Amino acid sequence: MTLRDVINKLLGRQANSACTARQRLQLVLAHDRSDLNPELLERMRREILEVVSRYVEIDLEEGDVSLATEDRVTALVANLPIRRTLPIVEPAPATAPDPLEV
Amino acid sequence: MTAASTRFILICSGKGGVGKTTLTANLGIALARQGARTAVLDADFGLRNLDLLLGLENRIVFTAQEVLAGSCRLEQALVKHKQEPNLALLPAGNPRMLEWLTPEDMQKIAQVVGEQFDYVLIDAPAGIEGGFRNAMAAANEAIVVTTPEVSAVRDADRVIGLLNSEGMKPIQLVLNRVRPRMMANQEMLAVDDVTDILALPLLGLVLEDEQVIVSTNRGEPLTLNGTQSPAARAYANVARRLLGEDVALIDPSKERRGLRAKIGRLMNTKIF
Repeated sequence: MTLRDVINKLLGRQANSACTARQRLQLVLAHDRSDLNPELLERMRREILEVVSRYVEIDLEEGDVSLATEDRVTALVANLPIRRTLPIVEPAPATAPDPLEV
Repeated sequence: MTAASTRFILICSGKGGVGKTTLTANLGIALARQGARTAVLDADFGLRNLDLLLGLENRIVFTAQEVLAGSCRLEQALVKHKQEPNLALLPAGNPRMLEWLTPEDMQKIAQVVGEQFDYVLIDAPAGIEGGFRNAMAAANEAIVVTTPEVSAVRDADRVIGLLNSEGMKPIQLVLNRVRPRMMANQEMLAVDDVTDILALPLLGLVLEDEQVIVSTNRGEPLTLNGTQSPAARAYANVARRLLGEDVALIDPSKERRGLRAKIGRLMNTKIF
């Protein structure tokens, strides 16, 4: 934090526009580079949450799945605070034949 | 000198109006002044302007199009600069014939030109469509020009993605139209912000400079007569770096003097 930031905060001024520009660019470039549209990302987010919530109880309010980009590499970042672990229910034995018997 | 050691450098930006053609003209003159035989190829044949910035608009008779068709010799199409005989301009084509050019044509033109020159600078059109891809096909390294604005940086990023996927190397960045005062007040993206986001090495940093407009009015690039305006120095330095010289980049925060600049620097020191 710089002296300028402190003064801006004390006076209740908006953050400098360069900072806003940087944040907006990072977000838009993450989307541009991955070629994922917001709708697809939202669907993926819901499915990820669904899978994860089979194993642990997660805080859906705090949970966040988003794209981040650094050094021209885009990453899918999931931040999912865990409330508690759920008792693991083993899936019912599949109908597939036992490999040993084949 | 054979074509094998000729450098074919694409100058591109994605967004229009960020200073591609101005950089090409100034860099061409600056390289020529350092003794390098330089050709500038205007690949933007739909909306060509390189001739205008170099003051050569009245001397174009033929274009690369006629050279390829065999209706004139290369020497007839190359427009030599009067004051700087090491520099020649070749317009790629005629605005009335937009459909003829393919990436292979551009490659052929560049190769033919390359036999007589040390540097071939290719001024790409704005956008990322056909014209840009044609220009890209003729180059083996690239300079991406951008300004510290969100739209220019975003478009530069798209272009860099395309260049990367074509295996273009090296790709270097020129940051144009930098306003030190706005940067100091953090009302303009910082140099580091842009280089971090685009992940390219910085080849040059050009300050916003009214003399650029004056020089385009006259058709005499700033690097031509050794004027000492900030942009003139920056362009000359880009040329020297291309030639392998180790020239330090300017620090925009040191470009401002006086009390206000001092206070500005104090305000931007990290305190915690």
